[in-house]
Amino acid sequence: MATKKKFEVWTVVSLVILALFILFMVYPMFGLLKQAVVTDDGAFTFQQFKEFFSKNYYSQTIVNSLEVTITVTLVALVLGIPFAYFYSFYHLKGSKVLFVVSILCCMSAPFIGAYSWIMLLGRGGVITTFVKNTFGITLGSIYGFKGILLVQSLKFFPLVFIYMNGAFKNIDNTLMEASANMGCTGVRRLFTIVMALSMPTILAAAMMVFMQAFADFGTPGLLGESFQTFPVLIYNQYLGETGQNHHFAAALAVIAIVVTAIVFFLQKWATSKFKFSMNALHPVEKKKPKGLAGVLMYVYCYGLVAVSFMPQLYIIYLSFRKNTGYTFQPGFSLGNYELAIKRLLGRSIKNTAIMGVVALAIIIVIAVLIAYLVVRRSNVLNNGIDTIAMLPYIMPGAVIGLALLLAFGKKPLALTGTLTIMIIAMVIRRLPYTIRSATATLMQISLSIEEASISLGASKLKTFAKVTVPMMANGILSGAILSWVTIVTELSSSIILYNNRNITLTMSTYVAISRGSYGLACAFAAILTVVTIVSLVIYLAVSKSEDVQL
Amino acid sequence: MSVEIVIKHALKKYGENVIIPDLSLDIRPGEFFTLLGPSGCGKTTLLRMIAGFNSIEGGDFYFGEKRINDLDPAKRNIGMVFQNYAIFPHMTVRKNVEFGLKNKKLPKDQIASRTDQFMKLMQISEYADRMPERLSGGQQQRVALARALCIEPDVLLMDEPLSNLDAKLRVEMRTVIKNIQHDVGITCVYVTHDQEEAMAVSDRIAVMSGGVIQHVGTPKSIYQRPANIFVATFIGRTNVLKGSVTVEGGKATLNVCGYSAPLPTVAPEYMKSQDVTISVRPEELLLNRNADMPGIKAVVKDAVFLGLNTHYFVKLSTGEDAEIIQESSIEDTLAPGAEISLGVNTDKVNVFVADGSANILTGVCNDLKA
Repeated sequence: MATKKKFEVWTVVSLVILALFILFMVYPMFGLLKQAVVTDDGAFTFQQFKEFFSKNYYSQTIVNSLEVTITVTLVALVLGIPFAYFYSFYHLKGSKVLFVVSILCCMSAPFIGAYSWIMLLGRGGVITTFVKNTFGITLGSIYGFKGILLVQSLKFFPLVFIYMNGAFKNIDNTLMEASANMGCTGVRRLFTIVMALSMPTILAAAMMVFMQAFADFGTPGLLGESFQTFPVLIYNQYLGETGQNHHFAAALAVIAIVVTAIVFFLQKWATSKFKFSMNALHPVEKKKPKGLAGVLMYVYCYGLVAVSFMPQLYIIYLSFRKNTGYTFQPGFSLGNYELAIKRLLGRSIKNTAIMGVVALAIIIVIAVLIAYLVVRRSNVLNNGIDTIAMLPYIMPGAVIGLALLLAFGKKPLALTGTLTIMIIAMVIRRLPYTIRSATATLMQISLSIEEASISLGASKLKTFAKVTVPMMANGILSGAILSWVTIVTELSSSIILYNNRNITLTMSTYVAISRGSYGLACAFAAILTVVTIVSLVIYLAVSKSEDVQL
Repeated sequence: MSVEIVIKHALKKYGENVIIPDLSLDIRPGEFFTLLGPSGCGKTTLLRMIAGFNSIEGGDFYFGEKRINDLDPAKRNIGMVFQNYAIFPHMTVRKNVEFGLKNKKLPKDQIASRTDQFMKLMQISEYADRMPERLSGGQQQRVALARALCIEPDVLLMDEPLSNLDAKLRVEMRTVIKNIQHDVGITCVYVTHDQEEAMAVSDRIAVMSGGVIQHVGTPKSIYQRPANIFVATFIGRTNVLKGSVTVEGGKATLNVCGYSAPLPTVAPEYMKSQDVTISVRPEELLLNRNADMPGIKAVVKDAVFLGLNTHYFVKLSTGEDAEIIQESSIEDTLAPGAEISLGVNTDKVNVFVADGSANILTGVCNDLKA
């Protein structure tokens, strides 16, 4: 039986997925690479790369990006690890609130935080004006490095928290007791046992923050001004009002992938130094916070969450304020929302819904199929597919947007400006995460359950549909809602792909912000925030657990 | 409805790694047949080849007249019970049991009646609408059995079905399994590494080691006349001693540790003087408290009183260690250091050629095909 290769329906599935990947991922990436090294006349050249590295104006952006991203990563770790430690090891009152709000912070649209902070600390911001009028002190500018650092740190520390919470929960209480038994407690135990055991997770969280912060377009786009980061440069080179150069933009995209790939492999290498797995039979028992330390814990946790989330609430508040075009007036009105309705609100919502639902459906189907192929039909072809599917993990959103635009901007497959190209971009961006969680879910399912089904006379396809998929459903569903939120709030590739026809809620918000129509922007941002909050509440109700898989 | 399973020259390899070199076996219709051996001996591999979940690299497998080598596992009409039960966790007990019947596209009323019949047989009717996570291990086991049996399979395959249960339940369930198999009359292949379990349920047992069947026979013949020293040591406990057989005037004598006794049961083809390996089970050594009586001289090292029996651990005069089981007597248990003399029950003892590869006595029943 093994000697004769039997024709199997799964082989067809493999080939179809491979074909789709080649068309929508490999081909655009090659197009990008070609654009970077081949001139319009068809000559091969490294001119674009020379240009980048020889001109300080350009090469400085990568220094800026790395500088701010690495700082953000460190700050997020420093903020997030104590937060997670207090949360996991102590009974804090209202811990559910802390959990939900911090998830809301990191899942909200990337630039809304930046915008809220501009409204608070910007040149005409409420706090800036208040401090200046009351104390006569002029606060420093929020624009540039400091602003990006502030906004991104507050947005990404919850990522660290979610990762670390998972790791801390897997630390068995007996390990803590054994350590105490051998005379190691308190801070020393925290570092020699707890932190050391969590090292793989710390590295994973650090990379997640790095990747997201590095690829973030919205925050530096709004706050950067003269402090230009890499994704902003790519965008400006491709679509900016001054000096478009597609070849140069493509070269920049290639450089961006190289940077993220290096970080990815560095992290893999570092993680391989900490190879152990844990599964707690007796999770650590939470203690009651006591004394001054207890008070400080509360102040720290609630303070951090408040500082991160308040600005978003402030935006919602502002959206109900009277507004005459560019300035807020005393009193409340729904004028901003009325204006939003005139400015494509309906179309934005409809597009967002269609894009989200269709992309999600495609992502789930492909992810489940790939997980099955990789776990149950492991072979060279299927492992190759898995590797290709993971590529977008290291590709910043702007790069994916650019590659798709170059590949499908002309006939025979002219998709520019359609919802289809948006959906493709979302599928590509989100697929690696869903595949990971689907694969992990499937690995937990014992093979003998499928064999039982087959021995009871069910065909392989029927077994897959009736037994395997329903057993994976729970894990996939909760992952899907998170994917939905990230799709709805996606900016960095949509900003390259959008136009008036396929505009989404995120894009409408960003356009309003960048045009300086504050009231309108606040209305859109408020709607987007509410959609995010509602989705996450549904997610938390469905998943019923704190194991958020990002 | 019970069928015969015939395996001819089965070959299994993973890459270049041969697991089962050349295995032939007949399993009789309606028989409870057990594959017994240490872990890694290939018993589960063989079972999964019969089930169709492992590829077959060579040889032929038949259910009755039908060659099944290339038959899809779903079409072999087998019932299978897995080590972890493999109950579908997202279906109720009833849905689990009727799953196979639905795949056979039986009419609805027939599905319902047959499901009820087998749930009743396995005494799980009251849990019909429960989800599996709310069942105990023993109850899940019953569901797995009902699910496997209700499709009326040609053969029932069981892969260490009791190993996840606690000791008491294991004894209870093996009786259930044996009785059900007997009532239904289905050919059954059972895999286990627990020899007591194998003895309790089986009509015949195949003892495997290194992908090769060592001995096929009834529990009694395997225990009392093992085909080689591996079977003797794997089934039950035994003391392995070195000795010799001398033949004079057509009569054989067994010599072990300076003790000699007539050995009337040597098979004709082995009737010659030779060095031998002797397997003496602990209960086949007869303890004599008077050290001056003829026998193997020994010194007690330790004694363990277990109620019904007392176990003695002794050092023989040759320096070899041995274990003795004696029915507990009302006298004092022998203290360590006590000198004793041991007789050998030559009716029961087994004698092998020096390398242990064959039993030289008469009465060995090995159904293994050459």
